[in-house]
Amino acid sequence: MRCVPVRSSQPARNPAWTFPLQPTRILIAVTRRDLILRGAAAGGLIALLGAGRTASWAAGSSAETAGPGRSPQFEEVLQSILRDAEPVDGAPLTLELPELAENGNVVPYRIAVDNPMTDTDYVRTLYLLSTSNPQALVARFQLIPASGKAAVSGRMRLARTQDVVAIAEVSTGQVLIATRRVEVTIGGCGNE
Amino acid sequence: MTGKTRIKLPEKTAVGDVIEIRALINHVMETGNRKDASGQVIPRNIVKSLTVTFAGVTILKAEFGPGISSNPFVAFHMRVPGPGELVFTWEDDAGQTVVERSPLFVS
Repeated sequence: MRCVPVRSSQPARNPAWTFPLQPTRILIAVTRRDLILRGAAAGGLIALLGAGRTASWAAGSSAETAGPGRSPQFEEVLQSILRDAEPVDGAPLTLELPELAENGNVVPYRIAVDNPMTDTDYVRTLYLLSTSNPQALVARFQLIPASGKAAVSGRMRLARTQDVVAIAEVSTGQVLIATRRVEVTIGGCGNE
Repeated sequence: MTGKTRIKLPEKTAVGDVIEIRALINHVMETGNRKDASGQVIPRNIVKSLTVTFAGVTILKAEFGPGISSNPFVAFHMRVPGPGELVFTWEDDAGQTVVERSPLFVS
């Protein structure tokens, strides 16, 4: 009987091959993490990350997210809208948003003001602002008395967990403001 | 933009009713924050405004930033003064304009 070498369908596994791969993988991870942190620090380069998975990783690991902060750009935009007006917080303005957004690319919102919408008393403008997106001003809506009801809804992008702010300007001169915190699982700012 | 739009209006309305109108347009809403595979920034191209008029009067002027989701959708309201035509005009950064007309039937 001759010994015939059996050819296995599996390639020979050389345990030594697995080791060199490990350090390389870690190196890549460190480099990417560096890029992410530097990118986040540079402000608004969250989009660099591409895949949603890395976006949420950065959101968790970025040094600046000790709770949802307010970007300086947001403060600027807020100031340019409010100027010297003293906004009243809350009712009759309501801002509806989910408490938790699974997908930061599509977050439904609704801004509503309980207002009669008459010629002498109507909501002129509604603003939707993000405190943490690369661009703070999300939308602006201009209405007239014939709009009948000061309520608009749509869908917005949220780069990460943050506060969303709505402002209403009434024809009487009154300015209303409302804030809602939205937890975002996977951030989106055009990363679909 | 592809130009595909969807408008929803109530079928039956009466004078004085406050109705909800929904409008959507297909558009990628490229934020200008993304980079492609080679690292180049994909230029911003978003729908920057939607203007809705009824019988020639502008009842809504919506301005969008990159923070609005793709295929921008708006639901808003109007008090019905009588029958007429709603005209929706979307404009994007690339200068493209899409106009849709929708008649409003009043019983």
